[in-house]
Amino acid sequence: MIRGVIIMNDQGKPRLVKFYEFQPVEKQQELVRSIYRSRRAENVSNFVKVDSLFGPDVRLVYKTFATLYFVFIFDNSENELAMLDLMQVFVETLDKCFSNVCELDVVFNFKKVHTILDEIILGGQVLETSSSEVVKAVEEISKMESNGNSIISSIPGWQGR
Amino acid sequence: MAGPSLMDSLFQRSVDDIIKGIRLTPPGTESTFIAKSLDEIRREIKSTDPQTKATALHKLTYLHSLHGADMSWAAFHSVELSSSSAHSHKRIAFLAASLSFNPSTTEVILLLTHQLRKDLSSSNVHEVSLALSTLSSICNPDLARDLTPELFTLLSSSKIVVRKKAIAAVLRVFEQYPDAVRVCFKRVVENLENGDMGVLSAVVGLFCELTEKDPKSYLPLAPEFYKILVDCRNNWVLIKVLKIFAKLAPLEPRLGKRVVEPICEHMGRTGAKSLAFECVRTIVTSLSDYDSSVKLAIGKLREFLLDDDPNLKYLGLQALAIVARTNIWAVLENKELVVKALSDVDVNIKLEALRLVMCMVSEDNVMEICRILISQALKSDPEFCNEILDFILLTCGRNFYEVIFDFDWYVSFLGEMARIPHCQKGSEIESQLVDIGMRVKDARPQLVHVARDLVIDPALLGNPFIHGVLAAAAWVSGEYIELSRNPFEIMEALLQPRTSLLTPSVRAVYIQSAFKVIIFCLNSYLKLNGNDPSYPSESTYSDLKSDYPGRFETVASQPLSDTEPDNPNMVVTDGQKPSVSSRMHHLTLESLVALVNLVETNLGPLAGSNEVEVQERASNVLGLIKLIKPKLLGCLDTREGDKVNGEPKASEMVELIFGAFSEDLGPVSLNAQERVPVPDGLVLKEDLRDLEEICGDIELPLSTSFSLVKLQKMDATSNSEHHSKEEFEPSTESTSLLAEHRKRHGLYYLPAENAGIISNDYPPAHDPKDKASDETEDLVKLTEQSLVIKKKPNQAKSRPVVVKLDDGEGFKVAAKAPEFKADLISGAVQEVLLGNEATSSSRRKSSKKSSKRREMDESNVGVPESKNEIVNADMSEIGFPSSGRRKHHGHGKERKHRSSGKDKEHDHKDKQKSEHGHGKHKSRQRADGALAAQSPVIPDFLL
Repeated sequence: MIRGVIIMNDQGKPRLVKFYEFQPVEKQQELVRSIYRSRRAENVSNFVKVDSLFGPDVRLVYKTFATLYFVFIFDNSENELAMLDLMQVFVETLDKCFSNVCELDVVFNFKKVHTILDEIILGGQVLETSSSEVVKAVEEISKMESNGNSIISSIPGWQGR
Repeated sequence: MAGPSLMDSLFQRSVDDIIKGIRLTPPGTESTFIAKSLDEIRREIKSTDPQTKATALHKLTYLHSLHGADMSWAAFHSVELSSSSAHSHKRIAFLAASLSFNPSTTEVILLLTHQLRKDLSSSNVHEVSLALSTLSSICNPDLARDLTPELFTLLSSSKIVVRKKAIAAVLRVFEQYPDAVRVCFKRVVENLENGDMGVLSAVVGLFCELTEKDPKSYLPLAPEFYKILVDCRNNWVLIKVLKIFAKLAPLEPRLGKRVVEPICEHMGRTGAKSLAFECVRTIVTSLSDYDSSVKLAIGKLREFLLDDDPNLKYLGLQALAIVARTNIWAVLENKELVVKALSDVDVNIKLEALRLVMCMVSEDNVMEICRILISQALKSDPEFCNEILDFILLTCGRNFYEVIFDFDWYVSFLGEMARIPHCQKGSEIESQLVDIGMRVKDARPQLVHVARDLVIDPALLGNPFIHGVLAAAAWVSGEYIELSRNPFEIMEALLQPRTSLLTPSVRAVYIQSAFKVIIFCLNSYLKLNGNDPSYPSESTYSDLKSDYPGRFETVASQPLSDTEPDNPNMVVTDGQKPSVSSRMHHLTLESLVALVNLVETNLGPLAGSNEVEVQERASNVLGLIKLIKPKLLGCLDTREGDKVNGEPKASEMVELIFGAFSEDLGPVSLNAQERVPVPDGLVLKEDLRDLEEICGDIELPLSTSFSLVKLQKMDATSNSEHHSKEEFEPSTESTSLLAEHRKRHGLYYLPAENAGIISNDYPPAHDPKDKASDETEDLVKLTEQSLVIKKKPNQAKSRPVVVKLDDGEGFKVAAKAPEFKADLISGAVQEVLLGNEATSSSRRKSSKKSSKRREMDESNVGVPESKNEIVNADMSEIGFPSSGRRKHHGHGKERKHRSSGKDKEHDHKDKQKSEHGHGKHKSRQRADGALAAQSPVIPDFLL
C-alpha cells in the first residue's frame, strides 16, 4: 500500500501532502521536515531508509524534478521500481494538465493536484497508471465544476439572504 | 459576534490571494499572516452563501494541509458544504474532510453518512468516485457498516472506473468493519475474472493487501491467482500476483512447484525491470528450494548488480541479502561485485554491500574480511566508518564469538579498532573486551597485552569516545595483573596525570585497578620474600598455582623474551627461562616502596574528590597504604610486634584482600538468580504479599518521608482495603523491617514478579547473617555449575574455549519473538476467514446464484464466536503507530460489542440483515450445524 505522497520544493516547503492513513497535521509537518532532512545527493539511488519515521518495512522513494522533490512512501506490498514508474506517471500527468508543469502550477492548483492524485491513487491503492486516462477524467471534472459554478454565479450569492 | 457581512462576500480573498500573500510576506511574519487569514476565514465560513463558504473552506484546507493550521473546528462546515449541488463545492468539502477528519475522533463524520450514501448511488461517475475516495480516507467502523450495502452494489457496477474504485475502497471498509467481508467478499472474488486490467489490477491489489496480513486464509483462491499469473500480461497486475504468491507459496508446497515455472518464464520474458525484480524477489524469498530457478534468479540479479542505475544496484544487493539466508553461494559468486560496491559513492549501496560482506564471514575468512573492512573504514567518512565497525563487532561477537578462532588476533584487532580516529563504538568494544576476558581464558595473556598498550598510551585519554574502551582495558589490567609482564608499568599508566580527563566512572575503574595491582605486588613480595618459617617459599608457588589454576601456566608458556630489557623495573633480567617465581624474586623492597609512594602521591588529592565513586575508591587504596606503609618501611619483619598489639598483621590483610580479588569472575547468566533455591524456613511469598499491599498504598502519596502511621491511616480510609488491613496488622514486625529497609534503600523497588530477587539483593536489616551468606554461596556454586564448556568438534586447530552458560543467555529472548508472532498469525482469525472463503469459493462452484441469500445468513451465523476475534485482530493490525488514540477508540468500541454478549450481537445482525434485505431468520438455526462441519478445507486444485 502507498502510505503517502509528498511534493516539496528544494527548500523543504511542502506543496502537496497526502497521507493515506490519518496523521495529525503536526505529525505531517514533522514528517515532511524529517524527510527533507534525509534527502540525498544526486546520482545516488532514490531510496531512503525511513524505519525510524514509519516503522519497519516502510520505504521511501523520491525523485527530483526541477525544483520539486516528489516523495512516495509505501510498504511491502508495492514494488520499488513500480513506484518510480508511478511517480513518472504522476509527473507526466501534471505536465499534461498544466502543460509544462512548474512549481508555481503546483503551488496555485492545490485542489487540482489533489484531484489528479485521487484519480491515480485511492486509499493507498494504485488505480490508474495511464496519464491520458487521468487527464481525461480530470478534464471532465473541471468541466463539471465550471458548469456548477456558472449556475451558482448566475445567482448572486447574497440574493438568498 | 458580527456575522459575515456582504462586504466579506464581495471582497473575499481567494485561495490564490492567500497563496500570493504568503509568498509575499517577509520571512518570519508568515505565521502572523496566516493567523490573520484564519480570522477572516472564521468569519467567512459562517456565511450562508455557499460560494463564500466554499472559498473559505478551500483556503482553510490549504492552510491546514500545507501550513499546519488547525481546522478541527471547521469539521461541521465541511459536512454542511458537502451537500451543495455544485460539484466544485462538494469537491472542496470532501477534500477538506479527507485531509482533516480524524476517523476515530471527528464526531461529525457520521453526519456525512447520508450524503455519502447519496453520492455513492449517484449516476455521475465522478461524484461516486469522489465519495469513494472520501470514504476510504475517513472510514470508521460506523461509516463502514452503514455504507456496506452501497459498496456491495458498486462492486459490480458496469462502469469500470467506479468498480475499480469501489474495490480499492472496500479494503478500508473491511479493515474497519470486518463483517462487510461476509457481504462483499463474493463480489470481490468475482472480479478476479474480470477482463478489464484496471479492475483486475484493483482487485489483485486488494488481495495483495489482505494476504500481506493473513496469507493462509486466501489459499483457496490460489487457482484464480494462478490463472492470472499465467494469462495476464499486465506488469502491474503481475507484480501484485507475484507478491500474493510470495506469501502463499511457503504455506503450500504443491503451490510452489506449480508457480515456479511461470514465474521463471515471466522473468526471462519481461523487459520491465520492476517485474523482473519482483520475479527475482519472489523466487529468492519464497521459492528458494527450487535450485534451478534460484540460479536463474541469481543470473538476473547479476544484471542488476552490473547495471549503472544505482537504484537497480541497490535493489539487487538487497535481493542478494535475502538470498544469503538460504543460498550463501550466490553471494560468494558475486563477491567481487559486492566488495566493489563497498566503495560506491552511494551510502545505501555501501551499507547493503557491507551487510552482504558480513553475511559471508566464516571462521576461515573472518580475518581477511576484517582486514579489508578496516582499510575501507579508514578511507571512509566517519559515519560509514562507524557503520563498518558496528557490523564487524556485531558479526564477530555473534553467538559467543562463533566465527572467531584466533582470539589473540581478535583482541588485538579490538585494540586496533579503538584507535581508529573516528571510532565511536567504544561501548561495544568495551563490553567485548571484558566479556572475552571472562569467557576465554586462553585469550587473557594477549588481552592483558592489548590492554596495557591501550592504558599506557597518554594520547588515547583525550578521546572521550573511547573512554569505555579504556575502562575495559584498565579493568583487564587490574583483574589479570598476574599475567602482566610489568605491574609497575601498569601502575604508572593507571595513575598518569592525564587520567584526570576521564569521566568519574571510568576513573573509578582505574583506581580500583590500581588497588588490585598494588595488592598483587605486595602479596607477591610477601610470599616470595617470606623467609620466615610460616612462609616456606617452596610451597608458596605451588599454593598459588593450586589456588588459581590456569593463571600461571599461561604466563609461563607465554614467552616473556626480551621485549623490554631497558625498563629499570623490568624483573626479567637474566636471560634464563622466565617464570613467575623468578620474576617475583626480583621485586625489591625499594621498588615496592617507590610504588606505594607513587600511589599515595597520585591518589592523595582524590580522597577529597566530589565524585563519590572516585573518592571512595581512592580512600580505600589510601587506607590500605596507611596500614601497609609503616610495616613496609619497618621491613615487614617485625611481625611479632603486630601480634602484641592485637592488630591484624599487614601481611595477612594483604593476603586476604588478594584472595578476594583472585576469585575468578565468570559470566553470570541473566536468570542465575531464579535458580537459587529458596532456603528452608525462608518464607518469601508471605512477606512479599505484604510488600505488594504496602507498595500499592504507597504508590499514590509517594512522599519522600515514609511513615507507617500515614500508611495505616490510608489503609483505614479505603474500604476496599479493609480486609487487607487485618492481614497486615499482625505482621508489624515484618513491616517495621520493611520500613527500615525502605528508609535505607529509598523507594526503588524491583517489580513484584522479581520478588525473589528483592530479598536476595537487599537482605533485611535484621536478617541472620549466616542465611544471607548461605545464599550467596549457593549462587556462587550455581554459577560455577552452570559454566558449560563447549568444544567444537572436528576442528583442525583447537579453538580456545569460550565459556557459555548452559541456558543460552541472550538466546532465550531471540527465540521467543518469532514464536509469539507465529501465535498471532495462527490465531483463530485466519481459520474463520479461511472457513468463510472456503465456503464462498466452494459454493461458487456448486450453486452460483440461487442460494446467495442463504449463504449470507449462514456465514453470518456460522462463525459468531470468532467474529469478534476478527474484529479484534483487525483493529490491532490497523492501528498505525502514530494513531494510538484511534486504535484505542476502536478497541473500546469493539469491546462494547463483545461484552454485550451474544444476544446483542444477534440483534445487531438481525438489524443489519433487515437493512440489507437479506433477512431470513430461521435458516440460521439450520445452518448452524452444517457450518460447524465446514472446517477450513483447502481444495486440492493442483490435482
